[in-house]
Amino acid sequence: MKAAVIVFPGSNCDRDLAVAFRDAFGAAPAMVWHKETALPEGLDVIGVPGGFSFGDYLRCGAIAARSPIMDAVSAFARKGGPVLGICNGFQVLIEAGLLPGALMRNAGLAFVCRDVALKVETASSPFTAEYREGETVTFPVAHHDGNFVADSETLARLEGEGRVAFRYQGSNPNGSMNAIAGILSENRRVLGLMPHPERAADPALGGADGARLFRSLAGAAVS
Amino acid sequence: MSEPEVNEALAAAHGLKPEEYARILEICGRVPSFTELGIFSAMWNEHCSYKSSKKWLRTLPTTGPQVICGPGENAGVVDIGDGDALVFKMESHNHPSYIEPYQGAATGVGGILRDVFTMGARPVAAMNALSFGRVDHPKTKRLLAGVVAGIGGYGNAFGVPTVGGELRFHTAYDGNCLVNAFAAGLARADAIFYSAASGVGMPVVYLGAKTGRDGVGGATMASAEFDDTIEEKRPTVQVGDPFTEKRLMEACLELMATGAVISIQDMGAAGLTCSAVEMGDKGGLGIRLDLDLVPVRETGMTAYEMMLSESQERMLMVLRPEKEAEAKAVFDKWDLDFAIVGETIAEDRFLIMHRGEVKADLPLRTLSGSAPEYDRPWVETPKPAPAGPAPALEMDEALRRLLASPNLSSRRWVWEQYDHMVMADTVVRPGADAAVVRVHGKRKALAFTSDVTPRYCFADPFEGGKQAVAEAYRNLCATGALPLAATDNLNFGNPEKPDIMGQFVGCVRGIGAACEALGVPIVSGNVSLYNETDGRAILPTPSIGAVGLLESVERVIRIAPKAGDRMILIGETRGHMGRSVYLAELFGREEGAPPPVDLEAERRAGELVRALGAEGLLSAAHDLGDGGLGLAAAEMALAGGVGVVLASDPSMAMQEWFFGEDQARYLLAVAADDEEAVLDRAEEAGVPARTVGRAGGDRIVLGDRALPLAEARAAHEGALPALMG
Repeated sequence: MKAAVIVFPGSNCDRDLAVAFRDAFGAAPAMVWHKETALPEGLDVIGVPGGFSFGDYLRCGAIAARSPIMDAVSAFARKGGPVLGICNGFQVLIEAGLLPGALMRNAGLAFVCRDVALKVETASSPFTAEYREGETVTFPVAHHDGNFVADSETLARLEGEGRVAFRYQGSNPNGSMNAIAGILSENRRVLGLMPHPERAADPALGGADGARLFRSLAGAAVS
Repeated sequence: MSEPEVNEALAAAHGLKPEEYARILEICGRVPSFTELGIFSAMWNEHCSYKSSKKWLRTLPTTGPQVICGPGENAGVVDIGDGDALVFKMESHNHPSYIEPYQGAATGVGGILRDVFTMGARPVAAMNALSFGRVDHPKTKRLLAGVVAGIGGYGNAFGVPTVGGELRFHTAYDGNCLVNAFAAGLARADAIFYSAASGVGMPVVYLGAKTGRDGVGGATMASAEFDDTIEEKRPTVQVGDPFTEKRLMEACLELMATGAVISIQDMGAAGLTCSAVEMGDKGGLGIRLDLDLVPVRETGMTAYEMMLSESQERMLMVLRPEKEAEAKAVFDKWDLDFAIVGETIAEDRFLIMHRGEVKADLPLRTLSGSAPEYDRPWVETPKPAPAGPAPALEMDEALRRLLASPNLSSRRWVWEQYDHMVMADTVVRPGADAAVVRVHGKRKALAFTSDVTPRYCFADPFEGGKQAVAEAYRNLCATGALPLAATDNLNFGNPEKPDIMGQFVGCVRGIGAACEALGVPIVSGNVSLYNETDGRAILPTPSIGAVGLLESVERVIRIAPKAGDRMILIGETRGHMGRSVYLAELFGREEGAPPPVDLEAERRAGELVRALGAEGLLSAAHDLGDGGLGLAAAEMALAGGVGVVLASDPSMAMQEWFFGEDQARYLLAVAADDEEAVLDRAEEAGVPARTVGRAGGDRIVLGDRALPLAEARAAHEGALPALMG
């Protein structure tokens, strides 16, 4: 299974995502620098990691979305290749137009880092096949701008088409609409989520619910 | 542009005393230039020269088989086995944080991270020890909110987990908050980078962000007392850019791996001046700088401004000339400035050229080595009068109020604003004794803690200094980690006052005695003096940042007990109430002597707890500190989500038994089957131990009174958000 992690100069979860990919896929992913214009041949999945891609002093992910490599990432996604964007990666995918909506400043106006309970809303995607629909899992969040908003039409479509992948249960850490934590693209091949499954993929760190997301991807590539 | 005339008055405006200016005239053999005066003031201020503290710092134990590099470099280095090394240091950013809390704290974090990666280490953990004025002081809320946001804003973006620290409130910090930042990084033991330049004619390279006028004179500002002109000092605070710092770190580590770097020094306090002098002095070389080549972000900067700028995210390196192209490519990749700004020279000169003129020409070694050193007069702190009797309260009421007090309530509001999990190796998160971070890709792990009890230090500096180290030692042992070494961040008032100097001397002696007895050398540190406003000094606050090593993450001891566990108290309880939080927080009485610290008892108790943990005999363990047995039990109960039932002791008053602050104690949770083995093991080790209760139910029971767990949690978790809300 061949994976790639896109690396922006301010990415800081790139190594964490690479470890999770390696543990699930049995091989280390290619680390692809943002100034590249082409992806390695024969990729099965692309990860866009968390961090502060270009400092994110203005709109998070806006500069990263215009990096040279992003044309190739978009082309890969349009052809149905799975693309996973976590936290800042989610912000980048939205800014790149691969996912709808926007991620605004947290309702509490402060950075928030804590475990959150999430409801898995759909098992029908390459990222969530190993979960049971409706089950509750725990991933950490760590962000300042995770407050998902969209116009009512977009929101209705996301809900109607079952494209909300994860929803906060109990307390919502950022005030997102409909407690949305993660969404899928129309073809269900792009997932963006604020919580960090790669930080919940090792029992030594206090939980392994996130490992199944990476195992889902491994399974999807085999089938 | 005409420069001001250099004379004694201008020297005084630079913080130089008349006798110091006289010494400068002697060294130069002439009246120094304006730029030269600036250079002297930067090198000789308290912050950079340690002129008041050096004599006493020399008395601290700094060596041991585990020490690779002690004080004197950017950070200390200890051996953690398998060819790995841990690089760490703590440093204050008190004055800037009081003037501008967000940027002051943020650049404090930036500075300490730079100290660590300058030595070739990737930062893996950060902590912060914070002291603020009383909670109802008009400035406290704004300062705390700004400082926490600044620490988070920098560390979160940089990508280092902020895993621990301290937060206290006391009226002595009303006009002078303390922000002490700690960072630790991992390197290979055979690939540590130092600041000593070597070789004549080697290029001196400037890296990182451009130089601006921010922070000009910052180090001098940090060495002065405050008064009501403080708002005018805002331009001396630098502005941080964690994105540039992150790129600077990646570029430096990448460059170091190529073998191009001979020596490296970060530009911190007094920027270009201190870093260049340091590299030349340590290497026995002179340095020539051509300021026309320095990347600047403002036009018309003078030599004086460039030499004293404290713009952040900058480095100075001496490179192997044949690797120049390779080095430039690395910095181009990360879009950072890279400029050759000078060279090493054989003569003992610090030669600064700008626009074809010699702006400074000073004997480098004398400039560095002849900084004044003072043996400041000091008086021993008088022993406090004994504490009066501690009034009785119902124990559940006392516990509820202590849990909700500003100084003992949950710090969750703070650490949830810090990314404490980035890098995916945080094994024990904030809120326990010490945080534990796994060494990436390995089984072993590191424990980090930051401790000091300023109200103890104020009452008895020697015992207080001992206690700061002892508590750090205890916090590490409580996680099962072997304490390795420490860094000290010594925050005091004006050393020119003999009583303040007496506090400093007493604390340093106490720290030294404890480090010696517990085998924890001081490998790095920082001194912050003149923490006074309008003549009122802070409490003596020698923050101790300590690190420990766990052979395996599987052996980490946590603080959450399980229902059915027996609670075993380790150490001797005498019911010491002097300087206790019981008296201070519940009755507003700060009186009596602090608890004495028996260092031999600390060592024995710590060794016992580590051995029990290594044998797998412990379900949980927690150190006893502020609030003694009662508070430790409550924190364990809250962490485990299970009640704890403790019996009283008929030989002393309830408040003495539950809230006395005797040292060298731990509360253990042990499976019922292991109770006897643990008590036997303690007896063999000569450590007092007794079963005092059990875990179970949903209440915290202290003798004849009980506090429901839900009420305890509401009190503990609700206080800080309510304060800041």
